Amino acid sequence: MTTAIASRYTAEYSSIAPTLPGQNLAWLTTLRQEALSKFSAQGFPSLREEEWRYTNVSAIEKKLFAPSAIGQVQETVSKELISKYQLADAWSVVLIDGHFCAELSVLEGLPETVTVMSMAEALAQQPDNLEHYINQAVNNDEHNFVAFNSAWFTDGLFVHVPAKLVLEKPVQVLHLSTQGDLLASTRTVIVAEAMADIKVIETFVGLDVAYLSAAVTEVFVGLNADVILYKMQCESDKAYHFGGIYVKQAKDARFTHHNFAFGALLARCDIHTDLDLASECELNGLYLGINRQHIDNHTRINHLKPHGISRELYKGVLDNRARGVFQGRVIVAEDAQKTDSQMNNRNLLLSNDAEADTKPQLEIYADDVKCAHGVTVGQLDEKSIFYLQSRCIDEETARNMLTFAFANEMVDKIKIKSLHDQALEQVLIRFPQAGINKEWL
Amino acid sequence: MLSIKNLTVNVNDKQILKGINLEIKPGEIHAIMGPNGSGKSTLSHILSGKAGYTVTGGSVTYQGKDLLEMAPEIRAREGVFLAFQYPVEIPGVSNIYLLKAALNSIRKHHGQPEVDAMDFLTLVKDKVRLLEMDEKFLYRAVNEGFSGGEKKRNEILQMAILEPKLCILDETDSGLDIDALKVVAEGVNSLRAADRSFVMVTHYQRLLDYIKPDFVHVLAHGQIVKSGGAELALELEEKGYSWVEDSKAAI
Repeated sequence: MTTAIASRYTAEYSSIAPTLPGQNLAWLTTLRQEALSKFSAQGFPSLREEEWRYTNVSAIEKKLFAPSAIGQVQETVSKELISKYQLADAWSVVLIDGHFCAELSVLEGLPETVTVMSMAEALAQQPDNLEHYINQAVNNDEHNFVAFNSAWFTDGLFVHVPAKLVLEKPVQVLHLSTQGDLLASTRTVIVAEAMADIKVIETFVGLDVAYLSAAVTEVFVGLNADVILYKMQCESDKAYHFGGIYVKQAKDARFTHHNFAFGALLARCDIHTDLDLASECELNGLYLGINRQHIDNHTRINHLKPHGISRELYKGVLDNRARGVFQGRVIVAEDAQKTDSQMNNRNLLLSNDAEADTKPQLEIYADDVKCAHGVTVGQLDEKSIFYLQSRCIDEETARNMLTFAFANEMVDKIKIKSLHDQALEQVLIRFPQAGINKEWL
Repeated sequence: MLSIKNLTVNVNDKQILKGINLEIKPGEIHAIMGPNGSGKSTLSHILSGKAGYTVTGGSVTYQGKDLLEMAPEIRAREGVFLAFQYPVEIPGVSNIYLLKAALNSIRKHHGQPEVDAMDFLTLVKDKVRLLEMDEKFLYRAVNEGFSGGEKKRNEILQMAILEPKLCILDETDSGLDIDALKVVAEGVNSLRAADRSFVMVTHYQRLLDYIKPDFVHVLAHGQIVKSGGAELALELEEKGYSWVEDSKAAI
């Protein structure tokens, strides 16, 4: 990436900057300026960077995706898409083309002590609070998609749950992109104070056009708190998607992430979490690639203190010429004795032209730990096929059923019924040849 | 029901079954006993159609048809059921889905329409009670996270619902505690019928205390070396396999 290309983006910035939220906040302006100059210097990440070696984002460089200004967005809203993806049993914040849409958001009945509001509004109402969180779980040095997001984010979501509060319903943030060549850059901050309990769903959808969705989410899981975060990435199949989820877990905190990557032409998702003393994390992922989709998932589990537990299972099913990338790093610091970590990545290739690149990495600096990792790229288990055949099912149907089952294992982990059904629908749509009889499920 | 004539089978060019002869009539229960490596499992695999075995001679006739010519799923639809020694776990497919898919495959094979959803549920719940299982098992993934005993029970549940003609029980005893064994045996006994036959392949005589066989055959070195009634199993238990292992083929 040459600075010349980056400068195409940065040249536009001066006209965009006045429309961005938090203009009056010195700390945010400084942060955005730092991010901008970092991005100007290096542009988007290149294949030369180890953590980007499998994912070429030059298509994003060649285009010039620009954020939409507030107020232009309502006309093109696809009600159909919204009603399909907005969960009935959740509070929801709808972001259209990177801007909060109050009209479609559902926030009635939230407990008074809980904050769920758009990032723009939060920056206006409680800027001092936000200063403690923005760019605190990640910083602009992580890589330039983060810097890009810091400089360009137009809105997003702020969720704050006070100590000991158990939020009965989940909170959904529904990102909808409706315009070609559009940049939807959003920042989400989720804070669960000590012993709070919250479930958040990030859903990404879009109309059938080429846009860039760049979303950064920072999560702060307090002492002994519990956060379950779902990501449903169902972008348009022409879209580009970058999502970064950066998590700080306090002592005894539990964080679970379910990452479903179904859409986009090119999608990259980073999930990084830092574990404190005896905190636990579970990272689940499912990526289904068809046609020429490229789906890259990059996880980093950072065990900083003793007695942490991490479980990770990522599964990919790749057909046609699709390519799946999994890079999973587990780092166990010198101080993080008695860490218990398991990482697994399993891939099914359904076509000779599909490709899976998988790179699990364990970096262990402590000497009394239990860490395991496993990777498979391959075919279905012959024993399972025979078992199904011996239960009257022909070989082809057995293979299809096992392919579906391979993906469905991850869908079955979703405990929110409406979300579960959405994910199941996505799996069935992508593999109609599985011949699954929906009525029997 | 089943007629095995002079069956010889190789695995990787090594002869495992060296001329098996066995006649099973409708309603009979046959126990095949033998020490490890005698070829017991090979016999049950051959009957159910598992890949990896080469039949070098002899024949297997099931209800007048050449069993060895049939694909595994056709055998199953024709009424051959193998209760696995090691049932496979299939995360992502629920028990009830598999049962429905299996039952409807059989019905389609016989030109019958799909089973009515309510009738199916009634049938399944009935059999679940018979095997003293929790209904929740139906909605869990096939065998995933089941204990050894639960897996074996699940095999018998499938058998009870699919109503096969020839039931092959491969080492159903192993891994079962006595309570689970009793439940499984009760399930099997309830399925005994004039037109249904059983082949129980087992290393242990204990199973036969609960499911009384009509015939006991002792397999050693790939041949049936001794056949008799239920009393043979007791004699075998007393004297050990070495009693028959060294003797010549009885048939």
